[in-house]
Order: sequence, then C-alpha cells, then structure tokens
Amino acid sequence: MKTILEARNINKYFRKPVLFHVLKDINFKVNQGEFASIMGKSGCGKSTLLYILSTMDTGYEGDLYLNTELITGQENEKLSYIRNKHIGFVFQFHYLLSEFSVLENVMLPAKKLAEKSIEEIEYNAIEKLRILNIEHIAKKRASQISGGEKQRVAIARALINNPTIIMGDEPTGNLDSQNSDNVFNIFKQLSEEQGLSLLVVTHDQDFADKTDRIIQMGDGRIIN
Amino acid sequence: MVNKKVILNIAKTHLVTKIKQTATAALGVTFGIGSYITLVCFMTGLNGMLDDLILNQTPHIHIFNEIEPSKKQPTDLYFEFQNTLNIVHSIKPKQSQKRIHNALPIINYLNKDPKVKGAIPQIKEQIFYIAGSIELGGNLTGIDILQEVELFNFKDYVVKGSPQALKNNDNGILLGAGVAEKMSLDIGDRVQVSTIKGDVFPLKIVGLYQSGIADIDNIQSFANVKTVQRILGQAENYITDINVKLFNIEDAIPLAQKIEQQFQLKAIDIKTANAQFETGTTIRNLITYAVSITLLIVAGFGIYNILNMMIYEKMNDIAILKAIGFSGKDVQFIFMSQAMIIGAVGGSLGLLIGFGLSHLIGSLPFETEALPTISTYPINHNPWFYIIGFSFAMISTFLAGYLPSKKAKKIDPVRIIRGQ
Ligand SMILES: Nc1ncnc2c1ncn2[C@@H]1O[C@H](COP(=O)(O)OP(=O)(O)OP(=O)(O)O)[C@@H](O)[C@H]1O
Ligand SMILES: [Mg+2]
Repeated sequence: MKTILEARNINKYFRKPVLFHVLKDINFKVNQGEFASIMGKSGCGKSTLLYILSTMDTGYEGDLYLNTELITGQENEKLSYIRNKHIGFVFQFHYLLSEFSVLENVMLPAKKLAEKSIEEIEYNAIEKLRILNIEHIAKKRASQISGGEKQRVAIARALINNPTIIMGDEPTGNLDSQNSDNVFNIFKQLSEEQGLSLLVVTHDQDFADKTDRIIQMGDGRIIN
Repeated sequence: MVNKKVILNIAKTHLVTKIKQTATAALGVTFGIGSYITLVCFMTGLNGMLDDLILNQTPHIHIFNEIEPSKKQPTDLYFEFQNTLNIVHSIKPKQSQKRIHNALPIINYLNKDPKVKGAIPQIKEQIFYIAGSIELGGNLTGIDILQEVELFNFKDYVVKGSPQALKNNDNGILLGAGVAEKMSLDIGDRVQVSTIKGDVFPLKIVGLYQSGIADIDNIQSFANVKTVQRILGQAENYITDINVKLFNIEDAIPLAQKIEQQFQLKAIDIKTANAQFETGTTIRNLITYAVSITLLIVAGFGIYNILNMMIYEKMNDIAILKAIGFSGKDVQFIFMSQAMIIGAVGGSLGLLIGFGLSHLIGSLPFETEALPTISTYPINHNPWFYIIGFSFAMISTFLAGYLPSKKAKKIDPVRIIRGQ
C-alpha cells in the first residue's frame, strides 16, 4: 500500500506567552485511499497538527513527507504549489471569499493551478456543487448563504483540483445529520473509487466510527 | 498568463466592492496629476512667452563700437617713461566714429560662419520728430526690414501697416506707437524728421511699431537702412550696429569673445545681457515641480493609507488565498496591481482634467499693452508633460503600494485562521 503522507518525529512549541510543547513526537502515516479520522480533547493540538501537515505552518521540528517527497524545508513558492495541487483543506470554520460568487470560490484553486481551460473548470465546479446538493446556489454571493452551505462550498473547493489528500478540521461541524452523512458518503466514495486519502479531525464519534482508522490524540501525543 | 488574469480579477473585485475607498485614492492621484499638468502647461507656456518676448527679438550677439577712453594713453607708449609712474588727469574719450569700420565685410564674414543663422546691419541715430509746431526727440533705426522679420519676429511688433510696405517705400517710416499718439499721426500721414545737424526730411508713415514697452514706443521709429543713410548723408557702408542670431544660443558667449578680439569691437552676448532672465525661468520651473511633487506625495500617502486599510480588512481573504495555494508573491501582486490600477485610472483622469483645465486657461482672454501678439493666456501642451505626469502617477502609486503589499505577502495564514 502506497504511503501518501508521513510525519516523522514532529515536535512543535509555542514560545509565547510561555514556552508550551504543543506537539510531542508525532509519528504516523496515511496510505493511499485511506480514510483516517483524528479525535481528541479540545486543545490537545489537532488543529495545530493539521496546519503543519497542510504545509501552511513551517515552524516545527521533524520531517514531513508527501508522496515520499520531503516537504520540510521547501521554499514557500513550492509549498504553495503543493497546497494548490495536492492538498485540499477544509477549515474548522468556513472560509470563503465573501465578495465572490459560490462558483467563483470553487473555481479559484483550479484557476490558480491553470491546468485546465476555464470552461472545463466551470463544468467541474458545478459538478462538485451538484454532488454536495448545492448546485442551486452557484451564482449566489458567498456572503449570502447559510453556514452549512458555506461548509459544503468549502468542501467543493477542496475537491476541485482532485487532490491526493483532503484534510478537514471538523468539516461536518456545522451540518445536520443528513448533510453530514452525505459528506461522509462523498468522502467514502472518493477514497474507494479514486484512491483519495482523507485525514479528518472530528468530534463526532459516529462519524469517526465509520472511517477506516481513528487516530486518538491526547495532550500533544498520538495515543494510538 | 492565466495566473495573472486570475490575480488581476481578484484585485479588480476588491477594488469594485470597495468603490468608495478606491475612488478616494484615485481622486488623490487625479488631483495631483491634474494640477501638475495644469501648472506645468501654464508655467512653461508663460516661460515660453517670455522667452519669445526677450530671446526672439533680442540679438544673440550685438556688435557695436563703444565710445570709451583709450586704455593706453600716449605717455604709456613713450619708451622713455616706461619705468616711471605716469598720471594723466581728466582722460576724455577721443572723438571717434560710431560707425563700425568695415561693417559690410564683417557681416559677410559672420554670415559664412555655420553657427550663425544671420547677421544683419542696423544704423542707430538720434533725431527729432517734427509735425506742425511739435518737436520731439527720438531714435530712428535703419533696418533691413525683411531680415528683421525673419530673424527677430519683427512682424509681431508692427501693429498697423506691414513690414512689406516699409520695404517698398524709400521714404517710409514705421513710427513708434507712442510717438504717433503724442503727435496724433496715423498711417498715411507725413512726419518730418530732423537730424542733429539740422537737416529736415519728410517721411511717410507706412506703419506703427509697438514693442509694449512705453519708454521705447515713445521714441523709437524704424526706416530702411538706405533711407537713414540718405538722411545722414552717409555712404552705403555706414553701419553702426550688427545684430547676430545664432542657431544655438549656447554659442553666443564664445563667439562674442572671438568677435571682440578679432575686430576690436564691443560684442555683447544675450546671456550676459539677460542673466537675470534665466534665473526667473529656473525659479518658475522649480516652483512648478515643487508644488506638483508635494501634491503627489500627499496623494501617495492617501494610497498608502487606503491600501493598508484594505489589507487589514482583507486579512481573511489573504489567509484563504494562501491556504488554497496562492503564494506570497501572488498576494503581493494582488495589492501591487490594485495600487497600479488606482494609479493608472487616477493618473489618466488627472491627465484629462489637466488637459481640460489648461485648455480652459488657454482660452481665457489675456490682453495687455505690453504683449501685442498675445490675446489669451499662453499654454504649452508638450506631450512630454503628459508622459512625465503619467509616469509620476505610476511611480508614486508603486512606491505607495510597495510597503503594504509587502506586508500582505508576509501575512501568516495560520495566525489569521486561528484568530477567528
Ligand atoms: N498561537 C498560539 N500561541 C500559543 N498557544 C497556542 C496558539 N495556538 C494554539 N495554542 C494552544 O495550543 C493548544 C492546541 O490548540 P489547537 O487549536 O491545536 O487545539 P485543538 O485540538 O484543535 O482544539 P479544538 O478541538 O478545540 O479545536 C491549545 O492549548 C491552544 O491554547
Ligand atoms: Mg481545532
């Protein structure tokens, strides 16, 4: 089984306001097509870990590999490209460009990647919105839709470039159980049919139970 | 590039949704550039007019025979007194001719010089105007009228009649406007001219001359060189002054020095004669640029402020863009291009407003005795001003946008995302 993401001996400290060892010797792998969830108490460092894995946070010790390539220490331009092409990120809170339409928000990462024509990108974006049951709001401005809708738009945006791995920080936190199930099914389908890897932080035990593996965190360590 | 298009589109959307701030920033630039264009067109127009006034009618080199005491007195030459201290009291100039000896060969010689556009003769003479019982002192200058027109814009100062009329009339005179008024004479009338020696000649008034300077117009008149020579009873080679116009005014000083040495004549160059004039031009230019740059700096600070504010408001957007794969450079480019768009739009508008305003000023009536050729305010629409103005706008907005955009480039997305 091919390893997509690997963390080796990751340590992170916050130096302000006091020295705080937030991540302690994190080691784990995510394989291709694997759907893993991370659980743990609030404040145990799940989000912090996810920011490091997503290459946005470079202030850590240890080594990070994506597709067996060392990410740690790469230049910012390269990290941006990796985020754009290989990593889809769904935030704990929904983050959309509020002045743009839903469709434009979803299309943006693909436009940046510029591997496809605008028509193709638009077609794909509408397709992703349709899967998430929000096709009808494509033309609305991102500031004029509900919280649950925003979260699904963010998921559609994370999917647009067909990344190798999706990382989610409580991606279903704002959804009712029906839509939460829907998102879970989409994730499951993508991992099974397209070999997409998923690493999702969740507080929802039912959601976690249905995933392939639960990574339990406590006090900055991986417990199992 | 597709990437740049995406980024520009983001920049545009930000600007459009914050249209009020964008407009404020752009108007600052518009104001700065508009006033620069208006000021510089007007000021240089004014400079140009004064240049024309002074430089075009003033010879670049004026050659004449100055009456002055001999620098070497006969005793200095006498070798027996060589080692003694000689004091001669009450030295007076030797009664010398005003005429330039060998004037015609000198004129020929000068006209062959490739630096010289033209060298033309004049005869200056003091006379009296007599009409009925009135007798007025004045100057009569003999000129080669067509060459004066060509080289020194003489036509501008002939307010009635024409230069050609003087050329065609051997007994014609271009009477000073002040003289004509005092003696209530007009074109077609006759005026008697008396030389110092007492000979009286009747001349026909073929035109009126007005320089705009009352002191001159009250005494000065012009006639053909031949006419004046005849009045004075002098031969055809009697010339008192030579006026030289050069192709390049910068040659005036060296050539004047050369002429003085070579011909033992007095040769005054225009730079020495009008030294204070250039100072005025320099100072007006200085004021124009100082004011414009001040306005642009103020506009620049406006842009700086608004971009800073914009970046503060767009922290979230910046974090999202970085999270989904836009690099720091891309983000910097977004804000840089916003600054440049503001600069380009504001600058172009400023050029238009400057163009309109200076046209408006250029159409306002500006009539003054002193400047007979001018009827509206002088405006100089040099395309370079527009190029400079636009570059000014772009450079100042670039500088104003640089620091804020650099800040946006460095924003750490994790801090923003956590901050919510
Ligand atoms: N910038 C920071 N400086 C100092 N301490 C921080 C900083 N950011 C987070 N922390 C601390 O690091 C710890 C881990 O935070 P993190 O956001 O990773 O928790 P989490 O596991 O995601 O919690 P939750 O489930 O509530 O989202 C917390 O105790 C938090 O107070
Ligand atoms: Mg968290």
